[in-house]
Parts: sequence; C-alpha cells; structure tokens
Amino acid sequence: MLYAILCYHSEDVVGAWTKAEDDACMARLGAVHEKLAREGKLGPVARLLPTTAATTLRKDQDPPLVIDGPFAETKEQLLGFYVLDVAGLDEALEAARDLGRANPGGAYEIRPIALFSPGTAGAAPP
Amino acid sequence: MTDLTWIDATLTSARPQAVAALLRYFRDLDAAEEAFQDACLRALKSWPQNGPPRDAAAWLIMVGRNAAIDSARRQSRHQPLPAEELISDLNDAESDLAERLDGAHYRDDVLRLLFICCHPDLPATQQIALALRIVSGLTVRQIARAFLVGEAAMEQRITRAKRRIAEADVAFETPGPVERAERLAAVAAMVYLIFNEGYSAPGGEVDARGRLSDEAVRLARLLLRLFQTEPEIMGLTALLLLQHARSAARFDAEGAVVLLEDQDRSLWNHKLIAEGLALVDKALRHRRPGPYQIQAAIAALHARAARPQDTDWAQIDLLYGTLERLAPSPVVTLNRAVAVSKVRGPAAALEMIEPLEPRLSGYFHYMGVKGGLLLQLGRTEEARAAFDQAIALANTAAEAAHIRLHLDRLMRDTAPARA
Repeated sequence: MLYAILCYHSEDVVGAWTKAEDDACMARLGAVHEKLAREGKLGPVARLLPTTAATTLRKDQDPPLVIDGPFAETKEQLLGFYVLDVAGLDEALEAARDLGRANPGGAYEIRPIALFSPGTAGAAPP
Repeated sequence: MTDLTWIDATLTSARPQAVAALLRYFRDLDAAEEAFQDACLRALKSWPQNGPPRDAAAWLIMVGRNAAIDSARRQSRHQPLPAEELISDLNDAESDLAERLDGAHYRDDVLRLLFICCHPDLPATQQIALALRIVSGLTVRQIARAFLVGEAAMEQRITRAKRRIAEADVAFETPGPVERAERLAAVAAMVYLIFNEGYSAPGGEVDARGRLSDEAVRLARLLLRLFQTEPEIMGLTALLLLQHARSAARFDAEGAVVLLEDQDRSLWNHKLIAEGLALVDKALRHRRPGPYQIQAAIAALHARAARPQDTDWAQIDLLYGTLERLAPSPVVTLNRAVAVSKVRGPAAALEMIEPLEPRLSGYFHYMGVKGGLLLQLGRTEEARAAFDQAIALANTAAEAAHIRLHLDRLMRDTAPARA
C-alpha cells in the first residue's frame, strides 16, 4: 500500500535553524531513510524550497490566475513529502514516528495514495 | 534536537512579529523589547512542561503585554504578580484573540519595526547594528564581533541610536500605499547593507561576519513573505541568495580573496542557487524591472555557468547597461567594464572606465580593475602603478594580499632573465 507522508512545519522555525542544525537534522533523517530503503519501503523523497519561491495557478477562472506565493497561507507549511510502500497504516505511522524523532516539531499528514505514476523525469538537478 | 534548541529557534523566528506588535502596543522600543524578554523567560519556563503553543508569536505578544501591564500595576499598587500557572495556562482561545488583534497589522508592524531602524538620521553602521539587535535579536557581543569593535563601544552605539529614534517621530498609523512603498524601499536598502557588511568579511572574522549575511537572508525572506508580490523584494532576496551561495568559495585557506572566475564552483551552495534562480524567474514574470532584479539576473547568469568560460558576458553587459540607466553610478559602470572586457576586449573596457577616474580614484576596486585591464594590454608599468595604488586603498588585508598576488606575477613575468 502506498502512502504519502506530507511534512508540515513552521517555515519560520526551520528557517531560523543554523546551517549546522539543518545539516544535523538532515543527517538524522538520512539514517531513517537508509533504514526504510533497506526494508524496500522508501519511494520518492522531496524537500521543497521555501513557500516564497512558490507560484500558484488559480484555475477556477478562465484564464487561470497566476499568484505569487503558496496556495494556502497557513501557520505551518508543506515543506516536503515522502512516498512509502508499507503494509498499512500502522507501518506508515511507525515510519512517520521514526522520521519525527529525527526531525521534531510540526506534523506529518499520512495520506494513502490512490494513483501513483513514478514518471520519467530524472532526479532534480543538483 | 533538544527542547531548548527547539525553543530557541521558535523564539528567534517569532521575534520580529512579536517585538513589532509589542512596539505598536507600547509605542516605545525599550518597553517593547523588555516585554518580549519577559515573555521569552516565561516561555522557557512554561513550554518545556506545557508544550509549545500553537502560535508562538501570538503567545509571546499576549504574555509580553500582560507581563508589562502587571509590572506597571505592581509598581503603582504593590500588587502581587499573578501565579505562574495562570500565565502558562494561556489557552488557544486567547492565542486566537491575540492573533485577531495583531494578524491584520502584522505586515505593517514588522515593516515599521524595520523602518525605525533605518531612520535617515542614523549612519548606516548604526542602522545595521540596531536592526541586528532589535529585529534579529543578536547579542551586543555578536554584533560587536562582526564589526570588529569592543562590546562597550557597540553597546554605546546602539544606545545612542535608540535615543535618536525615541526623539524622532514615528508614525504608528497604518501607512498608505505610497508611504508603505517608501518604507519598503528603505528597509530593502538596509537589508542589503547588512548583507554587504557580512559579505565583505576579511578572512579572520568569517564566522562573525557570515552571521550578518545569514541574518540579511533571513530578513529578506521575511520581507518577501510579507510582500509576496513585490518583484523588487523577490530580486533582493534572489540577489542575496545567489551571492551567499558562493560564500564557501570566496576565500582560500589563508583567508585570501578568490575571484569569481577562480572559485571552485563545486563549493557553491546549490540549494541556495536553486532558490535564487526560482525567485529571479518569478520576478521577471512581472515585467517591472528594478535594480535588485537586474543585479539578481546578473548573479543568476554567473550561477548558471558551470565553468567560468561558459559565462554569458554579452547578456551581463546588456543587463549592466540597463542598470546604468535605472540606477546610474560609477560603480555600476566599473562593473559593466569587466563584462565589456570579456566581450569587446580590454581596450574598450579601459576606455569606458577612464572617465570615471576623477570620481573613483580613491576606490580600491577601480584601481584593481584598471590595473588588470592595463596588464591585459601589456602596459605593465602603468599596471604596476595602478596595483600599487590599489594596495594603498585596500580595506582589508585580504584585498591587499590579492593585489599583491597580481604584482608578484607581474614581477615574475616581466623579469628580464627567463629560465
């Protein structure tokens, strides 16, 4: 069963981390990623650039409206996501708990995936 | 991450909004800062036990305000302070109230707080020191180290700046569109100043100064979140990110300057570059060019070049040409000349900068560029003279060392006996 883990956290707080703190957090997460990969559970992983880099296309009108900034102004922002292949919710939650210990604060939304297409695009440029 | 690290990051990130809202409430910088300090102390006691509040800034504003009111009451009527639990138990309903009170003004509050720091009566260094102390919350010690002055001297500088601001008239009404745009431009210029103060770091103090560049990037991102549709704020943020991305490559192990074309590009921070390029793209879409956007576009062309020889100098020359029209300055022309030397050769570039000499003869970079162009043209004696002048004008040991390198090479290459 494929699950998406949508990572929400306060961008202000994450942005206030020093580079050393950020690197340490990424290293802790890296260890969890490795474990999940070994177990064959790890799908695509993405960390998003800040919401200030986002552009939103409102397509509820014609022509669609291009707006600077993220879709929703929320206290905590969508900062990244995982795709996991796990047996069920319990296993997805267990993986999320492991990730949460490596990266405390904020919230993970664990959401079953209805349709998944791995696509053909290569890895993001370095 | 321990509790305390998390709390520290939360307090740091909530600071601009909280101090800004408290300033509007008390209309006095010292009172606002004191209330914020009080609220932070209470957060350190309460959050480890009760967990973090849902909206840290709102919590700090509410608690800071109450603490200040309590202390005023205590002083006037000797009433006991309320029990700690009462303050710690602020529930979400109260946070929501604080948010309703302040959310609508958040943007103008933070802008006002930043704008106060760039009061025109204050010299640039005081503006920067004040912004770092009040908005970023750096300690006097950290700021003093970045400016290479003693702590007492910096303390005095900040106190003096604050006194000036207290005497100045600051409008607390919600600004109109014109005033808001003026404030934003002044604040953007100050953020760029902070960045440059950190960017021109001499080798030895890279850490302390690098902190200034980090803070400038943080402030630029904050401004951009408040003014999401302003292309010039996108440009400013992109410019800082793209320049900051090179910081690991800008000095060698001895602390000497490494020029852009000699930098090890694998040391550039590609995450920052990606963010900067994304913002340049977003800004260009608005088709409202401005000086920050153009400088960011130039930085983007450097960032996009995998090797120095891949740099699109013709495009950079065009962009500097546009910048010369939008924001004419001899320094811009000097920078353009470097691009011109790559596109049309050193003679054309030299011809372009020579008229600037009366205004730039006291400027290190002018003499450095002039020396470099003369050297390319084989006019070694004149080049040597320009480099000598550059060394005399160098602001940092690293700058002087860099020119000396040119001179040494010149001596070696023009030595009569060749092996």
